[in-house]
Amino acid sequence: MAHRIVILGGGTGGTLTANRLHHRYGEAAEIVVVDRDDRHVYQPGLLFVPFGLADPDGIVRPRGKQLHDGIEFRLAEVDRVELADNVVQLTDGGVLPYDVLVVASGATLLPEETEGLTGPGWGQRVSTFYTLEGAIALHDALQRFDGGRLVVNVVDMPIKCPVAPLEFCFLADWYLRGRGVREDTELIYVTPLDAAFTKPIAAEHLAGMLDHKNIAIEAEFATGEVDGEHGRLVSWDEREISFDLLVTIPLHGGAEFVARSTGLGDELGFVSTDPRTLQSHAAENVFAIGDAANLPTSKAGSATHFEGDTLVANIERLLGGEELVGSYDGHVNCFIESGFHKALLIDFNYEVEPAPGRYPGAHVGPLPLLRESHLNHLAKLAFQPLYWHVLLPGRDIPGIGAQMSTSAKQPTPNRQGDTT
Amino acid sequence: MSTVTYAGAAVETDAEGFFADPEQWNEEMAPQIAAANGIGALTDRHWQVINFMRKSYLESGAAPSIRTLGKASGVPVKELYQLFPRGPAKLAAKIGGIPKPRGCI
Repeated sequence: MAHRIVILGGGTGGTLTANRLHHRYGEAAEIVVVDRDDRHVYQPGLLFVPFGLADPDGIVRPRGKQLHDGIEFRLAEVDRVELADNVVQLTDGGVLPYDVLVVASGATLLPEETEGLTGPGWGQRVSTFYTLEGAIALHDALQRFDGGRLVVNVVDMPIKCPVAPLEFCFLADWYLRGRGVREDTELIYVTPLDAAFTKPIAAEHLAGMLDHKNIAIEAEFATGEVDGEHGRLVSWDEREISFDLLVTIPLHGGAEFVARSTGLGDELGFVSTDPRTLQSHAAENVFAIGDAANLPTSKAGSATHFEGDTLVANIERLLGGEELVGSYDGHVNCFIESGFHKALLIDFNYEVEPAPGRYPGAHVGPLPLLRESHLNHLAKLAFQPLYWHVLLPGRDIPGIGAQMSTSAKQPTPNRQGDTT
Repeated sequence: MSTVTYAGAAVETDAEGFFADPEQWNEEMAPQIAAANGIGALTDRHWQVINFMRKSYLESGAAPSIRTLGKASGVPVKELYQLFPRGPAKLAAKIGGIPKPRGCI
């Protein structure tokens, strides 16, 4: 009898896992991917929409079309997972029994959890680029912005793509200069962490970057309340920052059904997951990938991509009665747009923090790590077609290994403690 | 890296005084670290937060955020700021011998 594999979520992790498993098993596995909508957003593109650098329609494709023929796409909302019975209950009454379950339902934005955030001004004077609708609203707001106080605020960690808020600051600096209103703009980055760059090597190499771009920072600011009507951001320890336009990154949590599934998630609704094997702590036949998991690495598409290798290998091992491998090392790399057609690239894992060097070839690169370059910017732009045509279909990207290479880096330990 | 002596034992810390190895920590060290960071007597409520921080870090590999503390430690956010002024997550991490909450760069 064919293996029944149910995948909850048709985003980056769910799609690449389904396609790889289908390639591996063919008709020997019945694979069902469940999602509540059929809009697969290329999330790195959201950053570009507010600045008119990406067309909103150009970063969305149907989820079902990204899945190979032979994989079932089920448009439905998950009510809950019943771990003891190995079934997924859908809100339309459907029941999906599984031999293996993969939770790939990503992270959900929770703006309503912050007092006042969705009150007056939401979607206008207060907005986020973490949704397509928000990114479009911000594009309008930035086009009209004629100076004043622009505040970019991370409410609290963890968030998806933890460098994106900084990238927004860098791009806003560049964009507002182009519009001739930068000198009339105060640009402030407000973070709950104690600095913009919190890892020693990055802090050393990138010190001065905010100053150079005239971006002020307010650190250790845990947002308690947003008052859109009067343009005030208030912290839990009663500090206040006024704004004319607030770009906020709301709290993130796991998918709602995770919280409704007894034993599956942690207090924020992320699936409690072994950081090396990607097996959930809830049941041996349940795995999690990408933003849905509570791994101590960044919630980023590249982490999800690299996790795919380990996840598929371990599903195979579980079905074959073999011991799982702990091969995921926390590897992530990401481009950081810095404006003016340049970008940085960082590469790190659970053990090694971002450091200078070259990527993907240790010595030949061509991409420089932890340093601004035009080539990195071009590589970031070039990644979008690779995402749709290579990464999602489950093919390997030549020269890009799932495990991190440390041969050309200074092997400085990445002391854990990340909230990313 | 520097070496500091707490409760008679030498421990390794980073430049900001966070433990390099959470295993080197024990409960007797906490009052001394707290005092050095401007916190007087550690009450049961302080300990509730410190113990939660450590448990959470040792289980998941991540230092909890203020929001996680507010949701799951049993101490509301307002009170966290009374117990650990300015930066509850950072300060409780330091007193509890775990690394501070950090971003990816």
